Order: sequence, then C-alpha cells, then structure tokens
Amino acid sequence: MNKFTEDDLKKELETKEYEYGFYTEIEADKFPIGLNEEVVIAISKKKKEPEWMTLWRLEAFKVWKEMKEPDWANVKYEKPKFQDISYYSAPVQKPKLDSLDQVDPELLKTFDKLGISIDEQKRLSNVAVDIVIDSVSVATTFKKTLNEKGIIFMPISEAIQEHPELVRKYLGTIVPTSDNFYAALNSAVFSDGSFCYIPKGVTCPMELSTYFRINEGGTGQFERTLVVADEGSFVSYLEGCTAPARDENQLHAAVVELIALDDAEIKYSTVQNWFPGDKEGRGGVYNFVTKRGLCEKNAKISWTQVETGSAVTWKYPSCVLKGDNSVGEFYSIAVTNNFQQADTGTKMIHLGNNTKSTIISKGISAGHSQNSYRGLVQIGARAKNARNFSQCDSLLMGDLCGAHTFPYIEVKNKTAQVEHEATTSKIGEDQLFYCNQRGIDTEKAIALIVNGFSKEVLNKLPMEFAVEAQKLLEISLEGSVG
Amino acid sequence: MDLKEKLVSSFLAFENKGGLDLDSNVHSIRSKAILNFEKEGFPTKKDEEWKYTSLNSLLKNDYSLFPKTKKAVEFKNVKEYSINEIESYTLVFIDGVFSSFLSDTTHDDCDVCVLSSALTRPKYKMVVDNYFNTIAKNNNSLTELNTAFSVEGAFINIPKNTIVPKPIQILNFSTGSEKEVMLQPRNLVVVGENSHVQIIERHQNLSKNAVLTNAVTEIFVHKRAIVDYYKIQNDTENSSLIDSTFVSQKQQSVASVHTYSFGGKLTRNNLEFYQEGEHINSHLNGISILNKKQHVDNHTLVNHKYPNCESHELYKGIYADKSTGVFNGKVIVQQAAQKTNAFQQNNNILIDDGASINSKPQLEIFADDVKCSHGCTIGQLDESALFYMQSRGIPKKEAKALLLFAFGNDVVEKIKIPQLKTRITKLIAKNLGVNLGFEF
Repeated sequence: MNKFTEDDLKKELETKEYEYGFYTEIEADKFPIGLNEEVVIAISKKKKEPEWMTLWRLEAFKVWKEMKEPDWANVKYEKPKFQDISYYSAPVQKPKLDSLDQVDPELLKTFDKLGISIDEQKRLSNVAVDIVIDSVSVATTFKKTLNEKGIIFMPISEAIQEHPELVRKYLGTIVPTSDNFYAALNSAVFSDGSFCYIPKGVTCPMELSTYFRINEGGTGQFERTLVVADEGSFVSYLEGCTAPARDENQLHAAVVELIALDDAEIKYSTVQNWFPGDKEGRGGVYNFVTKRGLCEKNAKISWTQVETGSAVTWKYPSCVLKGDNSVGEFYSIAVTNNFQQADTGTKMIHLGNNTKSTIISKGISAGHSQNSYRGLVQIGARAKNARNFSQCDSLLMGDLCGAHTFPYIEVKNKTAQVEHEATTSKIGEDQLFYCNQRGIDTEKAIALIVNGFSKEVLNKLPMEFAVEAQKLLEISLEGSVG
Repeated sequence: MDLKEKLVSSFLAFENKGGLDLDSNVHSIRSKAILNFEKEGFPTKKDEEWKYTSLNSLLKNDYSLFPKTKKAVEFKNVKEYSINEIESYTLVFIDGVFSSFLSDTTHDDCDVCVLSSALTRPKYKMVVDNYFNTIAKNNNSLTELNTAFSVEGAFINIPKNTIVPKPIQILNFSTGSEKEVMLQPRNLVVVGENSHVQIIERHQNLSKNAVLTNAVTEIFVHKRAIVDYYKIQNDTENSSLIDSTFVSQKQQSVASVHTYSFGGKLTRNNLEFYQEGEHINSHLNGISILNKKQHVDNHTLVNHKYPNCESHELYKGIYADKSTGVFNGKVIVQQAAQKTNAFQQNNNILIDDGASINSKPQLEIFADDVKCSHGCTIGQLDESALFYMQSRGIPKKEAKALLLFAFGNDVVEKIKIPQLKTRITKLIAKNLGVNLGFEF
C-alpha cells in the first residue's frame, strides 16, 4: 500500500464532494420571492397565528428595515439579496401522524439516504425526533411518552396556538427582536421551529432531537427554537443539520433561545453539516445563527457543537449567567475545508455571584479555509467570585488556510478569575514519526492525532449523537478520522 | 472651535511660521498627512481599535499648539527624572523645544541630535528620504496628525558596526507655561548593521497644567543589530500620552521595547513590529501599575512576514482604585512566515472593586508550520500566600506588595541596564506604597 501522507490527505479533502448532496422532489407550497409587510402578515396568516404574534413579527420587521447588515466578522461573502429570497416554503402534505407509515415515502427515502432511520432511532436509541423538512414539521414521535411527564415538545407554530401563554411569556426575552440584523429578520419571518417546555422538577427521560434540512432551492430557512426548562428540570436537546447540494447560496438565519430557570439544566448539542460549497467554493449555505441561553439561580446551560458544514458560518452560542451559582459551558469543534469560512465562538456574560463558565474550542482548518474563534468573557461589576476558563486550539492542515483568534475579555470585578489560552500548530512531524516508528501508518496516525485533538469536545456529546458527529467529521476530513 | 478644526486651520501657519522649506519632500509628506487627518479625524469608540479607550475627555480642552511663553528650566528641577547615575547621551526637550543647555549630544561615532537639524541639513537628506515616515505612514489618524506637525524630536543615526558606548536618554518636559498644551514630538532612530544601542525615553510634566502628548517614534533596525528601547511613563494626573512606536527589523536583528506605565491620566501605547527578514527576534515587555482613575491602553502588533522568526510578548498589569487597563495584542503570521514562534502573554491583577481590565489577545495565522500561543489571566492575590506571610510577622501591606512585586518581577528582570532596573524597582515600590527593603 502506498504511504498515505499529509499531501494525499489534502488532495483527498479537496476532491471530496459533499456526500449528502441530493435533492428530494417534493411539491412545495412556496411564496413568491421578496420581503415586505404583506409577506410577513401572510406568513403569520398561513400559520394561523393570533394577533399578538402578527404584531410581534411586524415590530421585528420594522426594526429590521432600520438595521444594516453587520460586516465586522472575519468572513467575506457576497451579501444575500434579501428581496430575492422566498420566505416561505412548506411541503404540500402536512400530515399529523401517529406512526411513520403515514409519512410520504419520498420523505422517508430522504431520511434513509441521510442514514437516519426514524424506525431505528425509535426502537434503538430512544430518541424522539421532530423532523423539520423545509420549515414544517412532518413527523413527531414519542409524543405520548413525553405527554405523560407533562413535557411539551412540538413545532413552535403549534405551540403558539396550543400554549400561547408560555410562548408569549418567553419568546424574544433572551434574544430580543432588535438584537441583531439576522435575529430581527428571523423574528419577522420565521416559519417554524421547535418549542420545548420541561415542567418543574422533571428530568426528560430521553434526548430530544430535531433534524433541520434545507430542501427547496432558493429558499432561506428561518428556524426558531425555544427551550424552557422550569425549576429543577433537566433536558438534553439535539439538533442536527444536513442540506442537499445546491449551486446558489442559501441563507440560514436561525434563532435559538434557551431559558433555564432556577436549578434547571439544559444541554444543547448541535451537529451542523450544511452544504459547504464545492471545492472551488461555489455554492454552499450561509449560516448566520443567533443562539443564546439564560441561566437563573443554580442553573446550567451547556452548548456542544460540531461544525463541519456551511460556506460561511457566523455563530456565537452564548450564556447569560444571571442567577447566582449558575454555570455556562461551551464545547465546540469547527472544521473548515476548501473555501469555507467560519467565524464562531461564544459569549459568557457573568452577572450573578459565583458564576462559572468553561470554553473549549477546537478549530481545524484545511484547504483554503479561514477559521476564526471570536469569544467574549464579560464579568460584571457585581458578579463576585466569577470564574472562567477558556481554551482555544487550532490545527492547520496545509499552508493556504488560516486560523484566527479574537478573544475579548472584560473584567470589572476584582474577585474574578479568568484564564484564557490559545495555541495554533500543525500536526507535528515528530508526532507522526513517533507513530510511524511504532508501526502505525501515517493515515492512521493522522486519524489518531485529529481524534485526540477533538476528543475533549466529542466526549461531551450524548452517546446517540457522538456516532453521528464522528460520521460527519469523517466526511469533512475523511482519511484523518478513524 | 473644536480641536480638529483648530489643528487643521493652524497647519498653514505652522509651516509658514516655522520657516520650513516648502519645496522639500518633507513638506509634501506633511501636507498629505494633514489631509488624511482632516478626512479621518480623531478616533472614536466606534473604531474597533479604540473600543475601550475614549479620547472625548481629552479633546474638549482648548490646547495651545505652539506654546509661546518660555519658562527656564534648571538642571536641578529635572535631575530626578533622568537616570543620572550613569553616563549617557541626553536629549532634553522643553515644551517641544530642544534645550542644548541641558542636553549632551554627539556626532562622533554616531549621530545623537535633533530631528529639526536632520530635516534641514543636506548631509542627512539621504537618511531622511529613506526612512522618515516610511513605516508610520497611512497607519492611523493620530500618527498622521503627528506627521503633519513633525518638526522636532530625537534623531539617532547609528552607522554600521558601532556599539554606542552609553545609553541615550530622550527626556520630554512640559513646564505648564500655558494652561493646556499639546505636544507632538517625533523621533527617528536608524540603527546600522551589527550595531547596538540602548535608549531610554520619558515624558514628564513639571506643572499641574494639562498636557496632551501625541508622540511618534520610528525605529529601523538593520541586519544583526540590537536595540533596547525603554519607555518610562510615570506622569502626573493631568498628563495624557498617545505614543505610537513603529519598529522595522531586518534579518537576524533583535529589538526589544519595554514599556513601564506607572502614571498619567490616559496613556495609549501603540507598538508595532514589522519583521522584514529571516531569523528576527522581537521582544515586547510591559508592566502597568495604576491607581486612582488612570487609564492605560496597550495596543501591540507583531507582523511576521518571513520564516524562522520569533516574537515574545509579556505584559503585566496591576490595577487599583478606579483605574482601567486595556491590552490588545495582535500577532499576524503571514503565509510565507513558516516556522514562526510567536508567544504572547498578558497577566492582570485587580486590587479594588472599581478597577477593570479589558483584554483582547488576538492571533491571525495564515501559515501552518508555526508555534503560536497566547495566554491571558485575570485574578487576584492568593489569600493563603498572604496569610502565610502575615503569620510570619510580615504586615499585610508589605506582604501584599511583596506578592505584587513578585508578580511583576519577570518583566523587570528583562531590563539590561542595572541602574535603570534599580530605578524601576524603586518606582514600583513607591507605587505600591511600601519600602521593599531590598534593591537590585
């Protein structure tokens, strides 16, 4: 067998096409392109939303019109033309099903290709899946089990009708409509998403999971997720994304809000594999996401993410540690290849006493990609004994890619303890040599080293998800991850 | 009339009155610079580079740009501000004007003199044309402003293969002859191949009147040359300093810039290193010990362009009362700069509740075979160490000071002039309000 060198790996990475690039033909109910107040109202009507919701959207739209697209991130891309996007597309069939038999077989095939057998998941992994294809949920499983516990897990459009009091109370509290350009846009036009409520003292018995996919060419997807964990509850929430290969750039601007009340814990894991564009950098998804969580007293929010996709990623899952003794965590692996660009990181805002946060960020760049970590650690003047530890490591493969770190550390309290460290390196010749010397071939050695490099984060993923995360890492860096 | 208008409108008068040569190359540099400044104006908090430092409180003063009244300064008044224990060349500027009476210049082996003569004398035309405003240009509006009004400052020109026998001190005094004064000294340092020089720079206000200094220094370090540059900033509460230092290094050279910030209302240090060859070593060291409402902003940039270079950056800060500190360290490793080793560290201690620190250690890396790291910590004194010392009879205040001194010691250790080290140690002790009982 030929020796597998880093050059071979690089070549393989470059030529590697998007494996999940396929396109399901489902007749879609689609709005004409463009965005104005009428479109916002139409979306709201289509969803049969109450008046307060329509007003809320219009308010957001008004704010959005005044805003400018941000350009401070370390990414370069052609700005999306917001008037050339269709803001609503839903599969024509909108079944409310109890079992999978009633689901459109076309859809089921799509999932098979993705390697997600719902049947399999139902039986084996005990995961309730709320699948979102192009903005509308078509299958919800395990609803009954969740119902018994009083857990609400449903598409947010249904939640707005069935539990308006809860949605109204929490929606937009942690990511206000005026927060940023894309959050405002999302608030105005979001078509669907997930809503989850865990009642007091309940530990959610299974991992909640949603698969998002962008399906219809030329439609932006605006997901809205709201997770509320009431006092003393626990939930682990999984979000995974794959998108079919399309030539034109697609916009994805989601908003995720997490609210952990006193003593609650939310674990939010993401595997993101949107279409990254081909090896010349054509096409690919723009992923501009606002994710933020609020921790009340003794609460804990943990973000774990594996980012392998998207042409441009702009994403900062954040924690506002408002309550005393609250904990925020952020574990991330971001892999960029070819012409991908990622500007991601986190914000930890310490407001309460004895708050703690941990940031572990691993960036792997290959090809011509640019991978940036941008993080903020802010300790307020009244936050006594706050503690933060941040570590961001970057691994470079090839000399055409870049790795950047932009940490912002702002401390206003003398009792704070903040540590930040970052390193950048490539896979060491000596490390490879050591492995070779012990009979491990170069391919396996690279796999070993990359795996070890990302282990700290992979370990944080729930068991059921870790397998998929590994699989997605493989697609991005095949030949290097065993 | 706001300060910007005043500066722009007085530019013509400045050039005419100064009897400056209007045909020279320097004239066109100045004219371009004032246009750039007029276009950009003073930076605001909206600029990413000025996110944590606001100039507003400084810009509302009605500064006198060309102080007319002269005040005599005697040696005994300024003696304490120079390192007089050692022999040195000295360049003293009083309110921006060179004082030959207090200075000790030379033209023997090397040129230690003033910029005004370098700009006008044909002898130095080559040097000025080759170096003046080459690295500082198009950088930021404050540097442009300095360039527009650049007429006086230190000019140090060291030829090849010369070891300057004694350190050079650049002392800038302001006498407070007018209520509010703005000074814009401009220094040019050119160090030839295989040469070695040590420079100590200080800005000092001798009165209680407000002073804003906008200083720019350009340093050129040729092949295998070694430069040590020390900046002592221990000014009064009414003095503000915006200091921009640009260092351009050729292969195998070693340049170190040490910044000691112990006082001043607002101090902003822009320190930029450009590596223009292989096997270059750059050192950036700094220590800030602040109290009251002082503000220090250290902005550093190391631009690695060629392979096999190193940079070492170490900044420490101790912040008491309501003082605020900013550290923004940027390391850029260009694609060609393989085998770069770049290290950056920033450690801070907050003593009081009102103090705050904003730190932004930044890495931008485009080459793969590099070793780069940065670290940043913010913390406080170890209670158990304090208790240990107290239990052995060391009063709390002294114990605290000892710990803080130990914290900053590795920066002080890097000083290569023993007398200067003693001076800095004393300044630190004075700042911490104790008598350490030992000297270096």
